[in-house]
Amino acid sequence: MASTAIHDTAVLHHHDDHGHDHGHHKETFITKYIFSQDHKMIAKQFLITGIIMAVIAMILSILFRLQLAWPDKSFPLLETFLGSKWAEGGRIKPDFYLALVTIHGTMMVFFVLTAGLSGTFSNLLIPLQLGARDMASPFLNMLSYWLFFTACCIMMASFFVESGPASAGWTVYPPLSALPKAISGSGTGMTLWLISMVAFIASSLIGALNYISTVLNMRTRGMDMWKMPLTIWAFLLTAIVGVLSFPVLVSAVVLLIFDRSFGTSFYLSDIVVAGQILPNQGGSPVLWQHLFWFLGHPEVYIVIMPALGITSEVIATNSRKPIFGYHAMVYSLIGITVLSFIVWGHHMFVTGMNPFLGGVFMITTLIIAVPSAVKTFNYLATIWRGNLRFTPAMLFAVGLVSFFISGGLTGIFLGNAALDINLHDTYFVVAHFHLVMGAAAIFGMLCGVYHWYPKMFGRMMDERLGYIHFWLTFIGAYLVFFPMHFMGIDGVPRRYYAFTEFAFMQEWLTVNVFITWAAIIAALAQVAFLWNFFYSIFYGKKAPQNPWDSNTLEWTAPVEHLHGNWPGEIPSVYRWPYDYSKPGHHQDFIPQTVPFSETMSSNLQHDFEDNPEAELIQEEWNRKHASKGHAAEEIK
Amino acid sequence: MDQLPVEDMQSFKARKFLMWLFIISSFMMFAALTSGFIVYTEGNAERGIKVLLPKAFIYSTVIIIISSITMHMAYLSAKKLEFWKQKLYTILTILLGIAFFFSQYSAWMVLTDAGAFFVNYNASQSFIYVFTGAHLLHIFGGILMLLYSLIGKMRNIPQVRNLFRIEVTSLFWHFIDILWIYLYVFLLLNQ
Repeated sequence: MASTAIHDTAVLHHHDDHGHDHGHHKETFITKYIFSQDHKMIAKQFLITGIIMAVIAMILSILFRLQLAWPDKSFPLLETFLGSKWAEGGRIKPDFYLALVTIHGTMMVFFVLTAGLSGTFSNLLIPLQLGARDMASPFLNMLSYWLFFTACCIMMASFFVESGPASAGWTVYPPLSALPKAISGSGTGMTLWLISMVAFIASSLIGALNYISTVLNMRTRGMDMWKMPLTIWAFLLTAIVGVLSFPVLVSAVVLLIFDRSFGTSFYLSDIVVAGQILPNQGGSPVLWQHLFWFLGHPEVYIVIMPALGITSEVIATNSRKPIFGYHAMVYSLIGITVLSFIVWGHHMFVTGMNPFLGGVFMITTLIIAVPSAVKTFNYLATIWRGNLRFTPAMLFAVGLVSFFISGGLTGIFLGNAALDINLHDTYFVVAHFHLVMGAAAIFGMLCGVYHWYPKMFGRMMDERLGYIHFWLTFIGAYLVFFPMHFMGIDGVPRRYYAFTEFAFMQEWLTVNVFITWAAIIAALAQVAFLWNFFYSIFYGKKAPQNPWDSNTLEWTAPVEHLHGNWPGEIPSVYRWPYDYSKPGHHQDFIPQTVPFSETMSSNLQHDFEDNPEAELIQEEWNRKHASKGHAAEEIK
Repeated sequence: MDQLPVEDMQSFKARKFLMWLFIISSFMMFAALTSGFIVYTEGNAERGIKVLLPKAFIYSTVIIIISSITMHMAYLSAKKLEFWKQKLYTILTILLGIAFFFSQYSAWMVLTDAGAFFVNYNASQSFIYVFTGAHLLHIFGGILMLLYSLIGKMRNIPQVRNLFRIEVTSLFWHFIDILWIYLYVFLLLNQ
């Protein structure tokens, strides 16, 4: 009896929901564009918020680049814009310089490359590529965006408080961050930073829970795990990393808040500020580093893995070849996921860590080179002898591979505990992570934007502007970050305000001028992108349903967005997503929705590994057609 | 159109799975706190709990184990369509949750009387408050969930949804029960 009751109410419940669905047809502006629960709209909200944050973070970086290049020159314009508090006499003040560096890092790592990247593409692609109507919980999904938006607003608000934004670096190490009196940025600005991060963590946790649950539970018929596109694998594993690491940051932040506002001594001990001895005793600042880097290191994989997933998809599509080593790609992502949790110590080699422990962290760190290299070689092997189509998305994908290689190589130097004594906290580190997780991840994100723009907005972006954008950004990024390696090897420390105080740093001033000019040109190149992006939303060429002749499921959905993604039934899936240029087929792509019975001429033995019956049918067909072919030959 | 109810059930399953994932992330938070405790305490011989854990913690443990039993009874009653029993056991669980709150609070009082304050130069003792405080936040959330499923039953929502709510609630409640036992055992081992 119970079961019938359940069944009946299920139907009732469905009608209930259905009535609700109809409500969406007469959507108001608020339900459609603001408090939307539709995953496609939420993806666009994440993307545009991420782009705005990226522009702000980029402007911040240009400001501190100006200071680094011309520490003695005054720019009256800066005083006009920033006021005499931050740029007295047209020169950036030291306190503000530190704030610029801190907020640039925080915004780029968390708001742009975590929320802007995962938030956009996980939301857009997980339901569309898996064949689901929406996320597991559309409401939580909406909540996730609005928490992110709140975090962004709070972070921006810290620019408008008396004592300025947080200035302790994006890693906010105590005791500097824990003592409001230590520097002006550790006052209200730091409090706002912490509140903003709590909102952000909540947002990305909710998002990650939703992504995992959707991937594991809501795939369409036929979509088993090994038929999922690599994008989805990457998003899934990224979300798993997030679920396991972000709660650790919560713990760290909570303890820091107690130290700042309640007088506890988790991180504080033996401190003298301005000649005054503080009462706090017995704390351990290294504890913060352990907790922070247990998140912080996985965080860099949260940043790069979605970019790698997007690239896999775009490279395979535009090389018109199956991805090389699909299983190896998945296992290397899993390998990166597992390893990411046991390498955090390599950020702390010089904190007085036991050298034996340092050796352990060194080994685990260097092992990460293996899955990373597997991925790189697979990209190169996929491109090898493909029918390459250099769309802007493809160029950015290739750019990612380039940055991933050149930035990854220096990781091998930095992961070495002995070399790190010399290299830590120098510009070598700055160069390394900006290439391997900064530029590479940004290129992955831009690649995704160019590739899925038609899906998001129903229009195409301008290709020529895309090429200009790519080449200027690609060359600019290398010109900015490559010279920094040499500065770092020379021992120039990061985060220093001016290179004029130390004799050995002065000779690098000319290099700084060069880097700043490169940064300005690369920044101006982004105008081409911004124009292209926003102009095309309204006036771009109308997009066809499948502009890139791609196999994955999202291109079977109509161009016009509708709630539930597909009118009528959700399509079923019969094959993996990388059947490009399959010999014997009349087209160079076979979408996942095409059953093998419709492609008899191109089926291969291994398409039917677990299905002897289908194998027999195929053999029969082959025999028939082989004899026909023979007959044809003989007539000739 | 016939497909929709299937998709509905799929979404229930997916949303229940969300709770499992939340439990994992919440566990990670406590794992971080407890390993933070170990890293901190091992760093120096002067650190450590160095105080007898209050007896109230034992009472709390008993209370929360009983509440887990009543929670399960509520779930079983909901499954057997014995709704008055479901309501009764839910209310009992809520009351036990509130009792747990007070028991923990009295434990804090005992600790402060013994001189083990939250603001403390031996942060190992501060950690006791952080563990129990963070856990109490979870209890608070659990009580809200219990109220939510109770109100749902009062309003006579369809049985699938009622069962879904109570299932998810009991999942969470058993988790915070086990979580407390973990924390208590952890503290006992480090006493």
